[in-house]
Amino acid sequence: MRKVFALIVSLALLLSISTIAFGDELKVGFIYVGPIGDHGWTYQHHQGLLAVEEEFGDRVETIYVENVAEGPDAERAITRLARQGAGLIFTTSFGFMDPTVKVAERFPDVKFEHATGYKRADNVSIYSARFYEGRYIIGQIAAQMSEAGVAGYIASFPIPEVVRGINAFLLGAQTINPDFKLKVIWVNTWFDPGKEADAAKVLIGQGADIITQHTDSTAPLQIAEEQGVVGFGQASDMHEFAPNAQLTAIIDEWAPYYVERTRAVLDGTWESTDTWDGIAPGMVRMSEYQNMPEEVAAMARETEAMIASGELHPFKGPIYNQDGEMVIGEGEMLDDGTLLGMNWYVQGVDDKLPE
Amino acid sequence: MTGLEAVLLTIITAATPLLLAAIGELVTERSGVLNLGVEGMMIIGAVSGFGAAYTFGSAAAGVAAAIVMGVGVALLFAYFTQTLITNQVATGLALTLFGLGLSGLIGENFTGLPLPDPAKLQRLHIPLLTDIPFIGPVVFGQDALVYASVAITVLVAWTLARTRVGLVIRATGGNHHSAHALGYRVIAVRYACIAFGGACAGLAGGYLSLVYTPQWIENMTAGRGWIALALVVFSTWAPRRVAVGAYLFGTVWIMGLYAQGAGIGIPPQLLSSLPYLATIAALVLISGNRLLTKKNTPACLGLPFVPDR
Repeated sequence: MRKVFALIVSLALLLSISTIAFGDELKVGFIYVGPIGDHGWTYQHHQGLLAVEEEFGDRVETIYVENVAEGPDAERAITRLARQGAGLIFTTSFGFMDPTVKVAERFPDVKFEHATGYKRADNVSIYSARFYEGRYIIGQIAAQMSEAGVAGYIASFPIPEVVRGINAFLLGAQTINPDFKLKVIWVNTWFDPGKEADAAKVLIGQGADIITQHTDSTAPLQIAEEQGVVGFGQASDMHEFAPNAQLTAIIDEWAPYYVERTRAVLDGTWESTDTWDGIAPGMVRMSEYQNMPEEVAAMARETEAMIASGELHPFKGPIYNQDGEMVIGEGEMLDDGTLLGMNWYVQGVDDKLPE
Repeated sequence: MTGLEAVLLTIITAATPLLLAAIGELVTERSGVLNLGVEGMMIIGAVSGFGAAYTFGSAAAGVAAAIVMGVGVALLFAYFTQTLITNQVATGLALTLFGLGLSGLIGENFTGLPLPDPAKLQRLHIPLLTDIPFIGPVVFGQDALVYASVAITVLVAWTLARTRVGLVIRATGGNHHSAHALGYRVIAVRYACIAFGGACAGLAGGYLSLVYTPQWIENMTAGRGWIALALVVFSTWAPRRVAVGAYLFGTVWIMGLYAQGAGIGIPPQLLSSLPYLATIAALVLISGNRLLTKKNTPACLGLPFVPDR
């Protein structure tokens, strides 16, 4: 037994040495928080990996690890990729922030890219997307399409990212219907199709005829389809699951960024950067506007174009909070710092923000 | 559809998979075997149920596959723990991990596929009866598995309490040496009970992927197997109380969502934990009779049985 074990170990060692010796191509590693098959968040990151392979062919080799839990496990997974000779590693969830920074200290020659966090280092870049721009557009569509004037919002955790989405959605809706109502249900999970479906059923039962979500599964949209209301896809185009219910989807388009960063490492021009891109550079994309009258689609396209050109900013004043206090006045807009730390609701949200 | 009707329908769908998985595990445990692999058997049931329903375009094929595969992995567990006498706790945990991993592998080609309509399990529609306002859709308008879960629960309760087969199962779980001395084949009885538990867990998984959210997604059981396990223990191995527990859990969970949607300012974290707290509290209260608890607890739970030759 021991002999067999020794043989396996030495073989493994030999193999790993040989890959280092022969591989002058760049190894690009990816750490995913969920399964590629979630058809949402992780799926979109994996599309980025495929784009990198497509673009550089033999010059790169990609490795990925799925279903990595946020926490100590992540540190082990990242370390393993670094040991395997990865020159560039993307860690694609907020909870990988501290592990990424820690591993980066031990591997100064490896470049790291962390998604949606805020801690940088000489060899750690951060990047995220301005999903709220898309939320503003779907808010406008919701207000146009809703007969009841009530939307149901399935939320995951009360972190700024999610709160910002809720606020942007409602601000968009209020430009069409100032009395638009928003019901929020927090399910305390990123991914539990059953719970998300239950929440959707409850919201529809309470009179919402628009369903939108900040969770990762396609379940809420399927319930919308089943019960004859409409909704929006999340992170990825979910129209296959709800051909009559999906109005549009906010798509996270990581591929161009991943290709560009990989190119930078190959060219030797990589530097630690902080990227927060929206619709204009194409990091946030709206899928086809469907199941709606042409004039609503035209309005949505116009808003999209105005956001892209910078004419329109979703968080432009005047904005009031739930207590009716003015947060920002006419003609000004919230800066990125306020947006990144957002922990209050705008006026009109029918919910109390959990602490 | 009225508000209350929608609430009841949602509660029933939320409680059914828990009830199915728990009642199966209850039988397994009453025979003296602790199978912690419920979650694993459920997820295998979910993926094979979806796979078969999708491939053959029939809900019946899905249900059958879910049951068969549930039994299959359960028998694997039985072979290890009963024939090879491995540790039941460790083997059960391994079964859960194995199930989650294997289902991901099998399901790779099924992820992201919508189930065609004939392959979805339809709700019952009896003319006239289902059309009765309110009572109709709730009592006569469910899918077949909801009725099956109730029927299985009644059948299990009756079998355990009133039949010879039930007596043998309880004897095996209560004192396997005596049962053996009386000439009952302890290992065979346990194999059968483990298989029954697997069938129920598989069916519960199939319910998730065919009815609850008709699609296959990795990890879609999301811990429901563990809740079912806890229900069995807190109900002190009594089928009736398992049913009460499952429906109570479903009710409190859905009411929590309702409270949030209605804008009542209770922290959602508290609401999320309420179903657990309420179920534990209620079951501990109704299981307060210690004599009864002692009577129901399988004394040989988790102990290996090696017949002396």
